[in-house]
Amino acid sequence: MNTESTTQAARGSSLRYGLPLAAFLVLAVFLGIGLNLNPREVPSPLVGKPAPHFELPQLHRADLRFSETDMRGKVWMLNVWASWCAACRDEHPVLVELAKSGTIPIVGLNYKDKRDEGIAWLARFGDPYLLSAYDEQGRVGIDYGVYGVPETYVIDKRGVIRYKRIGIVTPQIVSQKILPLVSELNRE
Amino acid sequence: MNKPLFAALLMLAAAMPAIAGEAAPVAKDVALEKRVMALSEELRCLVCQNQTIADSNAPLAIDLKSQVREKLAAGMSEREIIDYMVARYGDFVLYRPPVRTTTMLLWFGPPLLLVLGLWLFARTVLRRRAAPPLSTDEQARARALLDATENRQP
Repeated sequence: MNTESTTQAARGSSLRYGLPLAAFLVLAVFLGIGLNLNPREVPSPLVGKPAPHFELPQLHRADLRFSETDMRGKVWMLNVWASWCAACRDEHPVLVELAKSGTIPIVGLNYKDKRDEGIAWLARFGDPYLLSAYDEQGRVGIDYGVYGVPETYVIDKRGVIRYKRIGIVTPQIVSQKILPLVSELNRE
Repeated sequence: MNKPLFAALLMLAAAMPAIAGEAAPVAKDVALEKRVMALSEELRCLVCQNQTIADSNAPLAIDLKSQVREKLAAGMSEREIIDYMVARYGDFVLYRPPVRTTTMLLWFGPPLLLVLGLWLFARTVLRRRAAPPLSTDEQARARALLDATENRQP
């Protein structure tokens, strides 16, 4: 074999092995990124938009109503919960703790629940909510794009949704996301 | 009427709305139901993400289906209902994602890969065909080798 054909063969083999290897690496990186994404976390189109209007009876006082407009001028948090939701129980102590600190008023949206069961659940695990609105049919839930309870929204003074969390609010989320955002929004 | 019978009838009467509530989702109007199903097949169930709301029996899917039914019955168009859903749940709710800059790869990636594959295939085949003919020396050698194998055979 002369030198020309040797270099040609070398080039051929580097392409033959290099190309599939490169393709494999690209694929592996993409799959790796894909595996680390959470398919449950669907980006909400509501962030940056005004909170959808609603008016609902309150959980504890069916004769009183609550509307998101009642909170105008305040930075507040809307937390969607239900007594049938197991994850809500894990989240609950975090909300109770946050409510105790008094940093931000938390309004509950009791979603597709039975009124007496919702009330009993709060009596048992503590009530961090200023009040809970009672969304028996889940209509308001649909307007807020709720699909997995618990969900949490931070709403600014002008009534615009600034943050949405699908799933449990953890102490990390409170300290790293919610608290900095709230102090920023309070300055607005 | 005796008391227990009256009580039983009263309970049955009280249960009526519940029975009616169960039956309500199926509209009497067949044409409307067809439109509801057709539109439901375009919408993703967000709880069980690989199903449409038409296929899914998750409570949210049932709620969304009844929303679709109600809105169609109220005279909203398919387009308006899709916009309503997208406003709440984002593009993700669409089973057929829209063509946007962020979804270009999704839409055009597979055809692009196909074209790339066809091109590689054609190139390889053409290259093989265009292999240079043997020189006279090489031909003589090949003939010698072939003759040698033929002569060895009994």
